[in-house]
Amino acid sequence: MKKVIEIVDVIDTAKVYAELSDANSGGICVFVGAVREFTNNEEVVALEFETYKAMALKEMEKIADTAMRKWSLNKVVMRHAVGEKGVEEPVVIVGASSAHRDACFEACRFLIDTLKETVPIWKKEKFKNKTVWVSAHP
Amino acid sequence: MNVLFFGITKDIVGSSEISFSDEFKPVNVAELKKQLVESYPEFSKLNSLAVAVNSEYADDNVQLNGNEEIAIIPPVSGG
Repeated sequence: MKKVIEIVDVIDTAKVYAELSDANSGGICVFVGAVREFTNNEEVVALEFETYKAMALKEMEKIADTAMRKWSLNKVVMRHAVGEKGVEEPVVIVGASSAHRDACFEACRFLIDTLKETVPIWKKEKFKNKTVWVSAHP
Repeated sequence: MNVLFFGITKDIVGSSEISFSDEFKPVNVAELKKQLVESYPEFSKLNSLAVAVNSEYADDNVQLNGNEEIAIIPPVSGG
């Protein structure tokens, strides 16, 4: 079982296939999160991500390990970007490979959903004339 | 006691790390949160306020001796 867990400045979406591919995997499922141009009809200039890196990597490891226990997976990738990201840039990529597609589809969903709940990464939305920390306030 | 701040809590306190004086000696996580909210009332308006001790989420009853790495975790928003 191979895991790739990383916090990086720039995500290269092209390399994930090679990271997840292997002879025992008939299915590879990948989710990429990217910067959307509008939030509630307001134009987003950029998103800025920051992290508590040591803890974020630990939490991502835990999520990957939990996924490996729940599903029969061959490889798992979890990679998040930090810094300022413009519209259409990738900010997160998670994926899993498995013998058959059900396991990797379900695991991929779990990886991104749990990452968003527990991993200490914060996102600031930069609009033309204000900035907002996402989810900070009710 | 040194405390790390991230995201909106860093903006509220105006620094990513604060060394608190000896009078600031919370015995556990609950007391740390209470003292921080007293010092920074803006914290009470957040959706949630978690604490990490040695880079692990810590419940309110986790004891503190001042030598740990303590971090304030406002609502996360990765992805």
